[in-house]
Amino acid sequence: MASIWQYANPRKFIDTTDRFLPWLSALALVSLVVGLVWGFFFTPEDYRQGSTVKIIYLHVPSALMAINAWLMMLVASLVWIVRRHHVSALAARAAAPIGATMTVIALVTGAIWGQPMWGTWWAWDPRLTSFLILFLFYLGYMALWAAIENDDTAADLTSVLCLVGSVFALLSRYAVNFWNQGLHQGASLSLDKEENVADVFYHPLLVSIAGFILLFVALVFLRTQTEIRARRMRALLARERLQ
Amino acid sequence: MIALLIRDMKLGTRAGGGFGLGLAFFLIVVVLVPFGVGPETGRLALIAPGILWLGALLACLLSLDRIFALDWEDGSLDLLATSPLPMEAAVSVKALAHWLTTGLPLVLAAPVLGVLLSLPAAGYAPLILSLALGTPALSVIGTFGAALTVGLKRGGLLLSLLVLPLYVPTLIFGAEMARRGAEGMGNTTPMLMLAGITCGTIALLPFASAAVLRVNLR
Amino acid sequence: MELVVTDLAVARGGVPVLEGVSFTVAGGEALVLRGPNGIGKTTLLRTVAGLQPPLAGRVGLDREAMAYAGHSDGIKATLSVRENLTFWADVFATDRVPAALAAFELEGLADRHAGNLSAGQKRRLGLARMVVTGRPVWVLDEPTVSLDVDAVAMFAGAVRAHLAGGGMALLATHIELGLEEARVLNLAPFRARAPEPDDFDGAFL
Repeated sequence: MASIWQYANPRKFIDTTDRFLPWLSALALVSLVVGLVWGFFFTPEDYRQGSTVKIIYLHVPSALMAINAWLMMLVASLVWIVRRHHVSALAARAAAPIGATMTVIALVTGAIWGQPMWGTWWAWDPRLTSFLILFLFYLGYMALWAAIENDDTAADLTSVLCLVGSVFALLSRYAVNFWNQGLHQGASLSLDKEENVADVFYHPLLVSIAGFILLFVALVFLRTQTEIRARRMRALLARERLQ
Repeated sequence: MIALLIRDMKLGTRAGGGFGLGLAFFLIVVVLVPFGVGPETGRLALIAPGILWLGALLACLLSLDRIFALDWEDGSLDLLATSPLPMEAAVSVKALAHWLTTGLPLVLAAPVLGVLLSLPAAGYAPLILSLALGTPALSVIGTFGAALTVGLKRGGLLLSLLVLPLYVPTLIFGAEMARRGAEGMGNTTPMLMLAGITCGTIALLPFASAAVLRVNLR
Repeated sequence: MELVVTDLAVARGGVPVLEGVSFTVAGGEALVLRGPNGIGKTTLLRTVAGLQPPLAGRVGLDREAMAYAGHSDGIKATLSVRENLTFWADVFATDRVPAALAAFELEGLADRHAGNLSAGQKRRLGLARMVVTGRPVWVLDEPTVSLDVDAVAMFAGAVRAHLAGGGMALLATHIELGLEEARVLNLAPFRARAPEPDDFDGAFL
């Protein structure tokens, strides 16, 4: 019986993802183009916010992926700690720079959106602050990976950091909320239909979120492949030196 | 365990142990702040709790890399790992020794430095209490960071990068508790949160630190 | 009590260096490991001492039975010789400081700061710690570095006394210790072979 763990074999992972990658990339591209073009050019302007509201099609998906990338790293780290599949650790490593980039995109688009809305590029609003802290967590995580030579040691240490960091990130979120109630509007999306933004904005938003998710998956696959090959190269070089 | 505590305290307080460096740093930060923001008493009083908390946090950070680095260099850490003492206990004792030689003096020095920053009279009790409650968490979290970076050649900067984000909740609740106290507002909520963070980190983080240390000793 | 190591494989820096290492050290016996630099003597000793997990195989005795002395002595320069040893005696819950001082003729230096000792004296202090631990298996990595001829004899005497009490010793060394009774194990035949180049997952290890 095929189990999901067979993909923990690096070669199997590369073979499988190679088959999916072109389709994933194409699908990501299509949904991004459709979502963004639809959102930017074929939706009415908001009666209060005017055309600035359209940055939502970049801001919300990137913010969503910034958090989900960390969650994915958390799951991958747990898998590494429990089952010690190398691909899992490398996938966590591969996802970190993507998550960090998403966080930066969310912060920058937020600033651009905030300027006309709140009259300031930056405010120490809980959500903004939390994202800045999340960015610091990404930086620390990546720096730890980069600082350690032995790959297994690095995987172990970063996994524990990811676990501990997740707890503290959550704590920071509540601490920041307590510290300052903010300017930021409520969530743009929720499962409760009543609270959602109007349908005209909602549908293109969903498409561009799908695009961001597909883009993220494609990038993680690609970067994990690269990490696997780099790792294998280091292992072969180390062996060469020993002989 | 007590032997390790006593040894670490001895090493910390004897010549070259770096005892007092953290305190001196704390003093200098507090002295420099009025140069940066101006000498008006009102303004200083407003920011005093925050500055004192930030100064204590940075002074604590400064001494973190000594927790394991010296024992790592001279091989004591290997020997400790093979001793009957569980690694979790060793880590906890090291954190306690760090707090006793760094955190506790900062707590005791804070009121004196509060005078320099014209902290309002109502602010002293909450400030001392918040530091006494919060600095143990700083030591325990810092011990985790030190355990993560123990084998690295230039781990100091990385240590700061790893530990500072972890310090955010402690700093927020600690400074908030001191600030609200100084302004005469109720500060029970931040106090409870701060105590919760300290208890939680003391109870759980040594396991992570010990696990990480074992990995680094391999 | 005896130390049985079966089919042990060890890795350094993620690369396997030794495999299939098996040996037995009975009570009162010493085993000297030999082999060229870089073959993995230190890695093997650290694995036996329980500082790192083996890739494969097992070490028959619990790490609670081991006392390990590596390249560095774990000496605190600002503590006196006696304080250094007393600390380890407290950690290992023994009262063998006087015995340890006597075994390595450190009584005259007992109240000296360890920072003022010569390299050889420091090494003696580091080895005296083994006596303090009171553990049955001594795992010693290059114990005689920076020791002079007299001190080597002193060390051999201490090991012999330990063996006479039913203890065991596992040593890696290049020089003759004057321990004629010690068996020698050459590690060269146990060098790890490269795995099949086709084994993708294995190439990670």
